[in-house]
Amino acid sequence: MANILTYMTFIPVAGMAVVLCLPNHRHNLIKWTAAIATVPPLLMAVWLFANFDRSQAGFQLMQRATWIEFGSFKAEYLIGVDGISVTMVLLTALLSFICIFASWGIDKAVKGYFALFLLLDAGMMGVFVALDFLLFFVFWEVMLLPMYFLIGIWGGPRREYAAIKFFLYTLVGSALMLLAILALYFYNDPHTLDMTKLIANNGTYSREFQTIAWLAFFVGFAIKIPAFPFHTWLPDAHVEAPTAISVILAGVLLKMGTYGILRVNFAILPLATADLAYYFLGALGTWNIVYGALCAMAQKDLKKLVAYSSISHMGYVMLGMASFTQLGINGAVLQMFNHGTVTAMLFLLVGVIYDRAHHRQIEGFGGLATTMPLYTGVTALAFFAAMGLPGLSAFISEVLVLLGAWQASPGLTVIAATAVVLTAGYMLWTMQRMYFGKVNEKYADLPEINGRELFTLIPLGVIVIILGVYPAPVLDLMTQSLQNLNEIVAHAVAVSG
Amino acid sequence: MSLDNVQSLAYLVPELVLATTILVVFIGDLVLKAKERLGEIALVGTAVALVAVARVSGSADTWLFNRMIVHDQFAIFFKVVFSLATITTILMSLSSREVQRSSQGEYYGILLSSLLGLFFMASASNLLMAYLSLEFVSLTSYVLTGIIKHSRRSGEAALKYLIYGGVASGTMIYGMSWIFGLAGSMDYAQINAALSHSTGNQLALFVALVLTFAGFGYKIAAAPFHMWAPDVYQGAPIPITAFLSVGSKAGGFALLIRFFYPAISQLGPNGAWTALPGIEWPQLVLVFSMITMTLGNLAALSQTNLKRLLAYSSIAHAGYILMGFVVVSNEGLRAMLFYLIAYYLMNIGAFLVVMIVANSTGREDIDGYRGLAWRGGSLPAVAMAIFLFSLAGLPPMGGFIGKFYLFAAVIQQHFYALAVVGVVNSVVSLYYYARIVRAMFLDQPTGDEGAVTVGVQDGVVLGLLAGATLTLGVYWSPVMGFVERSLHFFVG
Repeated sequence: MANILTYMTFIPVAGMAVVLCLPNHRHNLIKWTAAIATVPPLLMAVWLFANFDRSQAGFQLMQRATWIEFGSFKAEYLIGVDGISVTMVLLTALLSFICIFASWGIDKAVKGYFALFLLLDAGMMGVFVALDFLLFFVFWEVMLLPMYFLIGIWGGPRREYAAIKFFLYTLVGSALMLLAILALYFYNDPHTLDMTKLIANNGTYSREFQTIAWLAFFVGFAIKIPAFPFHTWLPDAHVEAPTAISVILAGVLLKMGTYGILRVNFAILPLATADLAYYFLGALGTWNIVYGALCAMAQKDLKKLVAYSSISHMGYVMLGMASFTQLGINGAVLQMFNHGTVTAMLFLLVGVIYDRAHHRQIEGFGGLATTMPLYTGVTALAFFAAMGLPGLSAFISEVLVLLGAWQASPGLTVIAATAVVLTAGYMLWTMQRMYFGKVNEKYADLPEINGRELFTLIPLGVIVIILGVYPAPVLDLMTQSLQNLNEIVAHAVAVSG
Repeated sequence: MSLDNVQSLAYLVPELVLATTILVVFIGDLVLKAKERLGEIALVGTAVALVAVARVSGSADTWLFNRMIVHDQFAIFFKVVFSLATITTILMSLSSREVQRSSQGEYYGILLSSLLGLFFMASASNLLMAYLSLEFVSLTSYVLTGIIKHSRRSGEAALKYLIYGGVASGTMIYGMSWIFGLAGSMDYAQINAALSHSTGNQLALFVALVLTFAGFGYKIAAAPFHMWAPDVYQGAPIPITAFLSVGSKAGGFALLIRFFYPAISQLGPNGAWTALPGIEWPQLVLVFSMITMTLGNLAALSQTNLKRLLAYSSIAHAGYILMGFVVVSNEGLRAMLFYLIAYYLMNIGAFLVVMIVANSTGREDIDGYRGLAWRGGSLPAVAMAIFLFSLAGLPPMGGFIGKFYLFAAVIQQHFYALAVVGVVNSVVSLYYYARIVRAMFLDQPTGDEGAVTVGVQDGVVLGLLAGATLTLGVYWSPVMGFVERSLHFFVG
C-alpha cells in the first residue's frame, strides 16, 4: 500500500475521465460511476485510519519523485501524511462519498457536475497530502476552478455573484501565498520547495522575514477559514451553492485554512507564530466565535444561519491553535474534524427541507416535528451536536479548546465561553420556531425524509455520537504530530530568546 | 567569426524557402483557379521553413552578411515561435470567413512576407538591420490589417496603425541615430565596446535609449505606446489579430532583448548579465512594466468586445513579460522566453475561439457568448475557459508556470514592489477573464445568439492548443530545456 495516497488523490481524476466519456443522457450511469470513484479513496482512508502509526510524529507513507528539474530549480512530486493531515484525508474521503449521494437530485448538466465534483475531490485530497510547495499550491488552485463552476452553474438565484466573489477572494489569498512561497524558496540555500526541508531549516529564518512571510500566508489561509474580516464571501457562497457543495465547502474547504496555518505558519515559521498567534489566531478566533454566533442569531434564512454558525465554530479552531497547549491544539484539530461532520449534517438537513418546501425561511415553518418526526429527530441530533451538548462530538473538542485556551489566556476564554450560551440560544430558538409549536397547514403534507437522505446522514450521525463518548481513536492519530508542532514553536522561541 | 555574403547563404535556407514560397503564392494567385489552394501552399512553405530552421539550428554561432545579422540559438528560438504562430494563423485563415472574402493571394503572400521580416528581426545585430526588419514587419502588418476590402472598420484600423507606426518608427530611428553618434557604430558588439569604455554624456545616452525603446515598445504594445493595439486588434481580421498579438509581439521582444542585452549590457564572468555602468535602463523599463500591466488590465475591465478585451489583456501581458526584462538576469530571460511560448498557446487559442464563434454567429461581443457551452459550442467553451484561466495565471495551466518563473526571477533579484504589482494585476485580470467564462457557462442563452458549429480542422487545432496549454501546466521540462538551450547570444 505504498502508493495509497497517490491512489486516493488520482482515482477521482480517473473517475472524472470516465464520466466525461459517458453519454450525456445516461444520468444514472454517470452518477453511479462518480459514486464508485469515491469508494476506493474512502476504503483506503479507513485502512489508513486503522494502520497509521500513531506513535510517530513525522510524515508517513511518503512518496518522492522528481517532477520538474531545471538547473537549480527543482519541484518534486512529494506526498505524505502526518497526524494532522490524516484526519483531514479521512474527512475528505468520507464527505466526498456522502456528497455524491447528496447530489443525486441534480438534473442539469449532470455529466459536467459530477466530473467537476470528482476534480474537486482530487484537488482537496491533494492539498492535504502534498509536501512540495509547488504541488501544494497547484492542488490548492485546482480545487478553486471546479468550485467556481459548481456554485456558478448549479447554485441558487444569485449564484454568479457568489461564485465570482468566492473566486476573487480566494485568489487574492492564493496570490499572496505564492509570493510567500517564492520568498521562502529563495531564502533557503540551496533553494527548495520541499516542505520537510523547509521545516527542518526553520531555525535559520530571521524574525523579520518570518513575520512578513507569516502575514502573507496568514491572509491566504484566513480567507479560507474564513476569519473576520475576510469572511464575507462565505454566507453568499453557502447560500447559493447546491447542498452537496455547501457540505464540501463547510466540511472540507474551510479546514484548508486552519490546516495551512498548522502546516506552514506553525511548522515553517514558528518564531513569527509565537509572536503573532495571540493577536491573529487567539483574538481573531474569539472574535469569530462571538461575531459568528451573533450574526447567526439574526438570520432569517436557515442556510445562512448554519453558514454563520460555521464561522463561529471555526473560531474555536483558531483559539485552540493559538494556545500552544497540548489540550488546546488537540482540541483545535479535533474540532476541525468534528465541525466537518456536524456542519455537513446541518447543511444536508437544510437541503432536505429546501427540496420539499423550496424555501429556507425559518419563519415559514412550524410544527415540523408532528409532520416529519424522523427528520426532526435527526435534526435535533445535529443541532445538539452543534450546540456542543455533552455526549456528542463537538462538546469534547470545544471543551479541550477552552481548557487549553484558559491556560494561555483566561480573558479570551471567558469571552469565547459566553458564546456557548449564544449558540445554544439561536439553535434552540430555531428548533422551537421550525419544529415545535403550531403546525403550519401549508407544510402539513411534506413527505418524510427518504432513504437516500438518511443514507447520507446516518454515517455522520454515528460518527458524531461515537466521537462524543469515545474520541480516543481520532485524538490518538494526531497527538504525536501536534505535540511535535508545539515543541517546534517552543524550541524556536527558546533559541531566539 | 564573420561570414561574407555568399558564405552566409548556407545559413539562410529557411529565409530562402520562405521567399520562394512567397513568389509561388503570388504567381499561383495569377495562374490558379482554385484560390483556396494558396493557403495550403503557404502552409507547406512555412512548415518546410520550420524544418529548415531545425536543420540549421545545429551549426555554430556566427555573424552573417558582414555582421549584419547573426546566427545563434536565440534567433533559432524565435524563428521556431514565429513559424508555429504563422502555421496556426494559416490554419485559422483557412476556415476564416473574413479571409475567404479577401484576396487570398495577397493575403497569404503578405503574411509570409511578414514572417520573413520577423525572421530577420530575431537575428538583427546591427541597428540598420533592426530598423529595416522592423519596418518590413510593420508595413506588411499595416496591409494585413486593412486587407478586408470595403470594411470601414478594417480600413480605419489600418490607417491608425500606419500613423502610430510611422510616429513610433520615426522616434526610434531618431534615437538610433543618437546611439550611432555616441558609439560611432551601428554594430551591436561595437556599440557595446564603445559604451563600456566611454565616459560620455549620460543624459544623451538616456534620451537615446528612451527614444529607441519607444519603437520597440510600440511593437510589443507596451504603455504608453500601446494606443494602436485595441483599434487594430478589433479592426483586423481575426487570424491577423492573433498573428499580431503573438508573432509580431514576440518579434518586438526578440529585437528588444537583443538590443538591450548584447548591445548595452555586459556579461559577467559567471554568466550573469548586468547593465553597463552608468546606463540605468532597468529602472526605466521597471516603470514601463508596471504602467503597462496596470493600464492594460484596468482598461480591459470595461470592454465588451472580445477582440478589444483581448487586445488590452495582451497589453497587460506585455507588462508581465517585461518583468523578466527588468531584472537583467538569465532567470529573467528564461522566464520571458518560456512565457512567450505559453502566451503563444493560450492567446492564439483564445483568438481561435473568437473566430469560431464569429464564423458561426458573426458576433464578437460578450453577450454573443451567453450560454455558449449550452448551444453546441461546448468544445470552444471548455477550451476558451482553459485559455482564459491560463491567461489569468491559474494552475494547472501553462500561464501559471510562466508567471511562476517571472515572479521567481523578480523576487530573486529583490524587486518586491514589482512582484506585488504583478500579483495584484493578476487578480484584477481574473475578473474580466471570468466575466467571459461566466457568460459562456453560467448565463442562459436568450435564443438570439445563434448556434455555434465547429469544423473538424478548427476542432483539432483547438484541442491541440488547449491540450498543450494544460500539459505545459503540469509538465514543462522539454519546453524549458528548449528555452534553456536558446538562451545563448552570440556576443562575439
